[in-house]
Amino acid sequence: MARSPSVGPSPAPGLVTPVPWWRHRRVVPWVVQGAVALTVLVVVAFLLGNLIRNLTAAGLLLTWNWLGQPAGFDISETLLPFNAELPYWRGLAAGLVNTLRVVITGLVGSTLVGTLLGMASFSGNALLRGLTRTYVEVVRNIPLLLQLVFWYFVVFLSLPNGTAALQLPGVVLAKSGLYLAGFGDGLHWIGPQLQNGVWQAPLRLSVEFGALLTGLIAYTAAFIAEVVRGGIAAVPKGQWEAASSLGLSWWQTLIKVVLPQALRVIVPGLNTQFISLAKNSSLAVAVGYTDLYSVAETTLNQTGRAVEVVLLLLGTYLALDLFISLLMNGLNRLVQIRER
Amino acid sequence: MTPLLRRLRQDLFATPADGLVTVLLLALIGAGGFAVLHWALGQAQWAVIRANSTLFAVGRYPLDQQWRLWLLTALLAAATGLSWGMLRSHPRPDRGGSLWPRNDWMAVGMVALLSLALPSLLGLALPLQLRWWAIAALLLLLRWLAGRFGPLLPAPLKRCLPLGLPLLYLLGMVLIGGGLALEPVSPSQWGGLMLTLLESSFAILLCFPLGVLLALGRRSDLPLLRWGSVVYIEFFRGAPLITLLFLGQNMLGFLLPGGVAPERVWRAAWVLTLFAAAYLAEAVRSGLAAVPRGQLEAARSLGLSTPQAFTTVVLPQALRVALPSMVGQFISLLQDTTLLSLIGLMELLGTARTVMANPAFLGRNAEVYFTLAVLFWCCCAALGLGSRALERRLNPSTLA
Repeated sequence: MARSPSVGPSPAPGLVTPVPWWRHRRVVPWVVQGAVALTVLVVVAFLLGNLIRNLTAAGLLLTWNWLGQPAGFDISETLLPFNAELPYWRGLAAGLVNTLRVVITGLVGSTLVGTLLGMASFSGNALLRGLTRTYVEVVRNIPLLLQLVFWYFVVFLSLPNGTAALQLPGVVLAKSGLYLAGFGDGLHWIGPQLQNGVWQAPLRLSVEFGALLTGLIAYTAAFIAEVVRGGIAAVPKGQWEAASSLGLSWWQTLIKVVLPQALRVIVPGLNTQFISLAKNSSLAVAVGYTDLYSVAETTLNQTGRAVEVVLLLLGTYLALDLFISLLMNGLNRLVQIRER
Repeated sequence: MTPLLRRLRQDLFATPADGLVTVLLLALIGAGGFAVLHWALGQAQWAVIRANSTLFAVGRYPLDQQWRLWLLTALLAAATGLSWGMLRSHPRPDRGGSLWPRNDWMAVGMVALLSLALPSLLGLALPLQLRWWAIAALLLLLRWLAGRFGPLLPAPLKRCLPLGLPLLYLLGMVLIGGGLALEPVSPSQWGGLMLTLLESSFAILLCFPLGVLLALGRRSDLPLLRWGSVVYIEFFRGAPLITLLFLGQNMLGFLLPGGVAPERVWRAAWVLTLFAAAYLAEAVRSGLAAVPRGQLEAARSLGLSTPQAFTTVVLPQALRVALPSMVGQFISLLQDTTLLSLIGLMELLGTARTVMANPAFLGRNAEVYFTLAVLFWCCCAALGLGSRALERRLNPSTLA
């Protein structure tokens, strides 16, 4: 065998240079991992040491007793009853319930709107397709926070009040809130009524909630529309053609043939969007809706318990994300195509 | 029927229901467009933007030091023109070797139009308008010079040119913040568009290496590296950004020895960086997953060490695949900088809040938010366009 001269001096036969121990295949991983572990440990120890030293100096060592002290602030809009005399933990719980309220309604709303938009991008009508495309491109390139303050300060706060309010049967939209008809005492159906210039109704939603919900739905729906569009596009074209050759209409084809198959692509994408909606709901603080984050911020300002409040916040949102993920993974198993 | 009419009929009026939808949508678009135009040209009072244009651009940066920002803008324009011209001066197979493709003429038109129209629309004083014209002229001149004479430069010099960009970034930091014989300007005086761009560019530049390392760690065979990366990524992806910024503002002081904690602006920048790195890692991971395992094995069997195999064989392919989702992350990072206004920083939205709190401009929310929305939309859409152009350039089928 001819050797090329560029290979260099080859070892004499039978004399293989031993690999030095620090380059041995078994040793290298342990050395690398040991170095990483040591660095991480040193950094964590440094940070924790500082934390304990600084907290001791400030007299703020980790305790949870303050959760039982009276809060001293009020929350304007709650499902759980709350007032300033109740302890902090009740306030945080009321904030959590407010967060859950906007997240759940937002999930339902944005899924509906997003799915409709995603389906519209496969319409035969070019104008509808173009409009959907434009909507998605406009909404996705403008920051959510900007959209939220726009909905609140520009749209909802400029609604008329009193008799000038927007009125539909059973629904009144005014600057003071959204009033819905419902059952009053004794199972009477009561619509919104104007009493002394103030609207009264069995069910009132604040404009803060309305603006936050509208903004979240409008924003998330654009992303969900893209997920749905991708899912539908992943279904082979032959399915459309086969269904229409069997005499199914566009709508029937979409609902009965295409969407069920698209779901297995759509559901994992929805999971991401749902989690980001849950996290984005914390922007409520910008429009004055008292969600968990907003209550936590007030609590921190009053008690100075930075570490505990941040831990509570992070833990709660992490739990919320995990819960949504679990639900969606269950759904994902349901919609997977079962083959023999 | 002409083909155009037939096409229109097929697209818009195929069935009676379709026709109805089309008519309804046309009415809706007409009404909406008319309402917006009527508001923008008739009712809106744009004085709030004209009177505060400096505030929106640079915040409360001291007036007597603003020449530094003008200098920086001119340098940035020069660098843009130079790199644009140099990029075009290299003949490439995907472009037919034209020095002035059609897109470039459109870009030149945009630059000229913006520099001529925007300053006068904003009602800037004539000297300031002249400065913008000069900056635009510098950009276009260097584009022409570099395109014309760039290929004549000696090769070593050409290779050194890209090094100028990181140097320019550092120089920009010095120009903004002071130091090196320049009077220091405290970060609390930075604001407006300048702060938005500074925070987002800082986070984009630093989150990139961090994100790549995390993605490699997450796919590593070493359990400790893998689990460490997983914990980091899932922690940052699980928490809302606002709670992390809140953590940075309130807890960082406790985590570091007394007095070492950085200025609020830098704290926020670091939190943004660490946050974006977790998302970028996921984008890069999907790119890594798209590279066949045989590539790494082939590289290793050719005698490349693992780091060499990754940097020269695997990563270039992975990053090319991951490019669209990475730019998507950069776009959302740019949008996320608006959250800094919630922790009291004076970036664009924070500046807008102070402007609207001014009694002279009370109730001018719509004008201000509309302007910011247009600004953000243009920046994000430009990033998206750039990403698509880069994708086309890096697409192996056009390079063959």
